[in-house]
Amino acid sequence: MNQDQGESRPATRWLSEPLLWERGRKGRSGLSVPTTGVPVAPIPAGAAGEGPDWPDLGELEVVRHYTRLSTWNFGVDSGMYPLGSCTMKYNPKINERLAGLPGFSGAHPLLPETAAAGALQLIYELEQWLAAIVGLAAASLQPAAGAHGELCGMLMIAKYHRERGGTRRKVLVPDSAHGTNPASAAMCGFSEVKVPLGADGRLDPKVVAGLLDSETAGIMITNPNTLGLFESSLPEISRLVHAAGGLVYADGANLNAIMGRVDMTRMGVDVMHINLHKSMSTPHGGGGPGSGPVAAGKTLEPYLPGPRVGYQDGRYFWRRDLPHSIGRLHAFHGQFAVAVRAYSYLLALGGEGIKDASGYAVLNANYLKEKLKAAYDLPYDETCMHECVLTNAKQRGDKIATLDIAKRLIDLGYHPPTIYFPLVVESAIMSEPTESEAKEDLDAVVETMRQIASEAKSNPDLLHAAPVTTKVRRLDETSAARKPKLTGDM
Amino acid sequence: MKALQELDIPAGLRYAPGHEWIATGEPWRVGISDFAQDQLGDLTFVELPEIGRVVKLGEEIGTLESIKSVSSLFSPVGGKVRAVNPNLQDDPGLVNREPYGRGWLVEVVPADPEELTGLRDDKAYREYLKKESHG
Amino acid sequence: MTNRYFPHTPEDVREMLGVIGVGDIEDLFASIPAESRLESLPAVPGPLGEYELGRRLEGLAATAGGDWSVFLGAGSQEHHIPALVPALSGRSEFLTSYTPYQPEISQGTLQAVFEFQTLIARLTGLPVANASLYDGATALAEAALMARRVTGRRRLLVSSLVHPHWREVLATYLAPDPEAEVTLLPPGPDGLTALADTGVGEAAALIIQSPNFFGAVEDVARAAEIAHAAGALLLVGFSEPFALGVLKSPGSLGADIAFGEGQSLGLPQSFGGPGLGLLSSRQEFVRQIPGRLVGEAKDLEGKRGFVLTLATREQHIRRSKAVSNICTNAGHSALTAAIFMAAAGGSGFRQLAQANHDLAEYLKSGLLAAGFTPLGGGKAPVTFNEFVLRAPAGFSARHAELCRRKILAGLALSPYYPALSDAWLFGVTETKSREDIDQLLREVKA
Repeated sequence: MNQDQGESRPATRWLSEPLLWERGRKGRSGLSVPTTGVPVAPIPAGAAGEGPDWPDLGELEVVRHYTRLSTWNFGVDSGMYPLGSCTMKYNPKINERLAGLPGFSGAHPLLPETAAAGALQLIYELEQWLAAIVGLAAASLQPAAGAHGELCGMLMIAKYHRERGGTRRKVLVPDSAHGTNPASAAMCGFSEVKVPLGADGRLDPKVVAGLLDSETAGIMITNPNTLGLFESSLPEISRLVHAAGGLVYADGANLNAIMGRVDMTRMGVDVMHINLHKSMSTPHGGGGPGSGPVAAGKTLEPYLPGPRVGYQDGRYFWRRDLPHSIGRLHAFHGQFAVAVRAYSYLLALGGEGIKDASGYAVLNANYLKEKLKAAYDLPYDETCMHECVLTNAKQRGDKIATLDIAKRLIDLGYHPPTIYFPLVVESAIMSEPTESEAKEDLDAVVETMRQIASEAKSNPDLLHAAPVTTKVRRLDETSAARKPKLTGDM
Repeated sequence: MKALQELDIPAGLRYAPGHEWIATGEPWRVGISDFAQDQLGDLTFVELPEIGRVVKLGEEIGTLESIKSVSSLFSPVGGKVRAVNPNLQDDPGLVNREPYGRGWLVEVVPADPEELTGLRDDKAYREYLKKESHG
Repeated sequence: MTNRYFPHTPEDVREMLGVIGVGDIEDLFASIPAESRLESLPAVPGPLGEYELGRRLEGLAATAGGDWSVFLGAGSQEHHIPALVPALSGRSEFLTSYTPYQPEISQGTLQAVFEFQTLIARLTGLPVANASLYDGATALAEAALMARRVTGRRRLLVSSLVHPHWREVLATYLAPDPEAEVTLLPPGPDGLTALADTGVGEAAALIIQSPNFFGAVEDVARAAEIAHAAGALLLVGFSEPFALGVLKSPGSLGADIAFGEGQSLGLPQSFGGPGLGLLSSRQEFVRQIPGRLVGEAKDLEGKRGFVLTLATREQHIRRSKAVSNICTNAGHSALTAAIFMAAAGGSGFRQLAQANHDLAEYLKSGLLAAGFTPLGGGKAPVTFNEFVLRAPAGFSARHAELCRRKILAGLALSPYYPALSDAWLFGVTETKSREDIDQLLREVKA
């Protein structure tokens, strides 16, 4: 990069902050150690160790360290975060307060069930509500994230076939699927059969039919799919898969488009997962923890993980009488504190509000799509669901990559959309505004995107050099991968 | 990405459908073409087969990784792996810089050298790339 | 309908629909066939205003059990969480951000995770740690699958003193594999795993937990000898990282992979989740490690920064050949734990760990004086802050009595280990004072 660009760099002054072990001094501590008043009981010599060689920092040093680090981050609270298939909606503040209520946060998971009745009730009701929102029979909160939910669903399908003496080994996966789908199927011993999308960006039942045989264990379908399109033929595809003896898994990553609107049972779905950290407003936390409850129809309900919460005569209890269950998937009862947030969110909306949330999410996505399609290539120009997929095709002639557009957005105050996914669209720019954004905020991002499109012609180096306003500029990921340095120096 | 006319496609080598090349005689070196290295981008890691492994034509014998992709390396010929390039562990970028030279990957001694006649020569390979890019 | 979470006014909606060219939001759903639609609204109560919402959840929380006095760990530990920990981890720039795929605006998360990996590597005595897994149970399952990839072998030898729930999760993960063979090593009479030189055979891994589910410190070094002599890996788990404040680390004793639950490190118990799955290993296995890894990088001006790296192991690139399907992990739990570890420091952590041990030994000697006996009847094993004792006759009734007063005085082991009908697991942490323990001992004797 030449000097000119260096000079045009805004005068953002980032506070520097070293690594933890580059500061501190032995003997400091940022917390208090209680005086126990009991005799010291030395650890026998054979077992005693030195303890970890961690740096010692004072309390304020720790506070400043993490406060400074936080300023180098960008969250939904900082600004619009239109990541496709990630549903970065507003994470209500009240949910955080309620998840932190001492009655919940201090509950030991092995309390007698009568002692934890409130926790069991919350799990039971949330499972009922989630099942109702997608029109399936029952749900389990055990899976800890979306991919864990996929694993759960595919383990259920695998067990269903095992119990029938089957050796079905193949699972159909559309080529637009998230990588977690084939990876989850593989963990269950299934081999992936790729299903190409039709010309309209959707699955074609005829193509699916041609791939089915007596080895087919099932199909994994993301609906709406990763192009933001509703798989209208799913009922027919499900009938075909069922007729071939297979089962239907639905990836609920994109549920935010259709909450309370689609009946998965009538669509022929046997099992699906729901991301609480997407559709149900729980924070993504810079990578987790999420929660990926699984909902099942009548066929697979007996295979849900256990134990499950039961309810009878005004009493909540653990059900362990589950002969077909795949068993336990989590050390305890799933991501309970995440479930509290989702429970709070759903109550804040109510049945109609849940449906409205999807309505506004789809409205926002279509509005964004309409406003951007003149400036950016839109490979599938039709009504979308919660997200739309654009590309850099109109900017490629000016040697502008999708990455450049994304990085320029950072300089202009936005988190970039998802880029280079789905793989079926070259250099995709996948944007999901969610229902949280107000019209004027969408208008503002549209203006910014249009500005970038014109800069691509008038001043392409601005895009190539971006971002310049951040703590660091583009990083050399190739060198980082060639000689990985994954821990600090001792 | 390089344009077709910018690609280096030396004569005297044979090219497989997966963009591997093989020398037509000793030391039976195998690598990937300039086109392949350009498509993959800067390599970060190369996984190669055990020396002595007997492989079939088209069998997967390794993987080539860049930051955001992994692709398989297929043997362009049936035979026995005699050597792997020891310098790639430290410097996988050699494959990008000198795909036909110090960036070679393995030596596979063909069981039947006749098999090489089934592979494309440089002219046919350039034609193949031309068709692929318009396909 | 207006709701505080939707900024749309009727006028906004009208204008937006005009731009799109449809008359009604419902028109945007035309691609959903009628036969696929829900016939009625989902039966979810509400909408509730924020005040009502608070009331309703406060009601549930009041009966969720957080007010109990619990003398038990068993994979979920009550430790004091310093005020700075939630104050910092709760900053919305951390909490409301996504996975750091855009490194330039995620340096906060990335540096914090890089530091986390380093702190966990040092805690476990192994050179590399990942950015987290879901919880201890799934960390065990992933570690076992990793050992199978590293060795190319399939059989697993698992101590029956690994947390029973964790073993159940491992079994769930392995169920579809017809060749998966798990041999359970029985508990010895003293509450330690019965390790024998024989039987390791062609196993991928010998898997133990130390301190184990009974709180006892296993002979990790001997387990390492046995495993390595047979060409197997040694995997060592832990559910109470505080133990590593005063005990030898798994890595220093020969573990090839360490796995564990990190909830103790500043995370609330929250009825068991979310926790924090930990995994660390020897350097040469780095390409088989599941989950995300953060590495150091330079930006184009040469400035130090951090990125997600070695992503070719992961599902979004390698798809069906990925080392694991994991995507979302426990990132915020890892951040929280890092803040806790930074606040404790090596010195503070060691002192805290010692306090835990002192209090546990005090409770143990009190119970022994009250008629409890060591499991083996003879010399008791070294324990940290949890231990198992046989109870005198009548303790079950006493335990039930205490439950009525919201005191959980230990966990009966018989549901997990039917042969141990009179054995109970106890645990205390620094959150219990000497007075609390004296009170419990009086109650137990009463």
